[in-house]
Amino acid sequence: MKRITASRFYKGFNLTAFSLVMTFLYVPIVILVIFSFNDAKIITGWRGFTWKYYAQLWQNDIIKQAFRNTMLIAVLSTLVSTVFGILTALGLQNKKFSGRKLISALIYVPLVIPDILMGVSLALLFNFTRVNTGMFTVLIAHITFCISYTVIVINSRLEGFDYSLVEAAMDLGAKPGYIFWRIKFPLMLPGIIAAALLAFTLSIDDFIITFFTSGRGFDTLPIYVEGTIRHGTITTINSLSTLMIGFTLFLVVITKRMRKVLISAL
Amino acid sequence: MEEIRIEHLSKDFDGFVAVDDVSLTINNGELFSFLGPSGCGKTTLLRMIAGFEAPSKGRIVIGNIDITDIPPYKRQVNTIFQNYSLFPHMTVFDNVAFGLRIRKTPKPEIKDRVGEMLALVKMEDQAFRYPDQLSGGMKQRIAIARALINKPKVLLLDEPLAALDLKLRQHMLIELMNIHDAVGITFIYVTHDQGEAMSISDRVALMNHGKIVQEGPPDDIYERPQSIFSAYFIGETNLITGEVIAIEDGFMQLKCPDGNGGSFEIGSTFHFAQVLGRELTVSLRPEKIAISRSKPRVQDDVNMLRGTIEDILYLGTHTQYIVRVGALRFRVFSQHKRVYFDDKALDWEEAVWLFWHNSDSWLIDEIQDNETSATEPPDGGVNHYQRSTKRPTKV
Repeated sequence: MKRITASRFYKGFNLTAFSLVMTFLYVPIVILVIFSFNDAKIITGWRGFTWKYYAQLWQNDIIKQAFRNTMLIAVLSTLVSTVFGILTALGLQNKKFSGRKLISALIYVPLVIPDILMGVSLALLFNFTRVNTGMFTVLIAHITFCISYTVIVINSRLEGFDYSLVEAAMDLGAKPGYIFWRIKFPLMLPGIIAAALLAFTLSIDDFIITFFTSGRGFDTLPIYVEGTIRHGTITTINSLSTLMIGFTLFLVVITKRMRKVLISAL
Repeated sequence: MEEIRIEHLSKDFDGFVAVDDVSLTINNGELFSFLGPSGCGKTTLLRMIAGFEAPSKGRIVIGNIDITDIPPYKRQVNTIFQNYSLFPHMTVFDNVAFGLRIRKTPKPEIKDRVGEMLALVKMEDQAFRYPDQLSGGMKQRIAIARALINKPKVLLLDEPLAALDLKLRQHMLIELMNIHDAVGITFIYVTHDQGEAMSISDRVALMNHGKIVQEGPPDDIYERPQSIFSAYFIGETNLITGEVIAIEDGFMQLKCPDGNGGSFEIGSTFHFAQVLGRELTVSLRPEKIAISRSKPRVQDDVNMLRGTIEDILYLGTHTQYIVRVGALRFRVFSQHKRVYFDDKALDWEEAVWLFWHNSDSWLIDEIQDNETSATEPPDGGVNHYQRSTKRPTKV
């Protein structure tokens, strides 16, 4: 009997904990989405449905510019950091390469360093080297922190790689280049896609490091959002955030679908 | 002739000698096995033939071509890997077609040849499944098809059946022999399983510590082991140490201490020159010994020993008796044929006669370190004998 009560208790506990986590995760998002359609300047209560703020968003050139900047930085830093990630991970798998322990330790460091430290240090570096802050410095900063993540994701995929497949391919007459494109790359691809996706979201999302490295005149969406909220007008921010949520969900679904197509195509 | 010649081949892994000066010729079309305990160097030898390991010394020649420095993708050698190593992201068809696609074979030809190969391994209807949807035996067949489609001169098989269960293993063994007959190329087979090697091979090379200990047809290695290791690794045997006390007309007599201070005599034929007073080991296969409660009629060329049954292990096809003679233990296999049965079955602690023909005492020119037990294995050997703890109640 005692055991049944105990298991019932745990069941109850699990359910409560689960509900709480889900509530804190999703209720704010749902509220945000709902209120993006609310015909009111501040969140006080429901005042009727409107598309007004989406229209305002469309007319706001500063937001559109910030969006373009964000996308440009995200796409470029994803591309560069993923390619570097692939190359670094492959290098780290080479058992003959003596510095690989040191390099992999150095790669991990940015993961544990606080963003603010990274932002400040990069800002100092750019200041010291007298590089004008702007798009270029933001791009450099984003690539820098994205590489850590892409290397780790791709490397973990390679850790589980069965090297006898390479031997089997070689045995069947395949040269190293052919083996890379036909065997290694397709099997790495899920890891590469995951890494790219992670880099992309990290880049879109980043505020702190961008804040320290962007300077005047180059705003990404998070920077713009922060600035706007500071001035007290949050109505367009709700609709902007809703669009971003939609975009992210779309991206996740697409890549899940694409993965299968891509792998079978190779 | 496309024979394979291995000349003074050695492989040294940072001071650990995996393969030690091996020389050997494998004939064209032969099914040749490397047999030995794990770590004996057989897999390293195979990997050197495949090209995955560069030899430290020596040469490998196929036909007239020295392939020692040729990279694996240019060798006309294909391998079946222990874990099959099928490409998980490709269908069965694409796996098998892999070698042909590299060689830019025209599409219709690829289709025909893959079809032929899948028919050879009886997997025609599985062409568009993925490896993770196949059973172990099916993967094995695909691995064979994928290798053979390249028309290699030599097929290397690295413990190909190790991952399969017993019934499937026996089935695949016959299948492999059929495939070997069908394609007619040289197969080099690596295994630690003496049963596999014995049943499948034309010739076997028994390896230990990086060297070939003995090579020859399976029956030759079994019946005429040249060392204690050969005698013990293949099959089971009784090893008895003795001193030569008489030599006469192709027969000889050995005096063997029984470990209790006493001794007994064993008669034997011999196959190498003998000297009085020399110490030798007799290898006596358990199935060559007959066991009986009553004393057999004495013949000149039959050895007879008196012993006590210490253990009886019923094994279905035969019964294994452990018989104590002095401090030595003899292992005896007795088949369940009516003619061999005494009127009443032999029992624990019963005094029995062991007898065998002189020519079944096989002499080995080596001395065992441990002289107290006839069934004690030498270094590297495996002792299959485990004393059963349960004793049935006497009837």
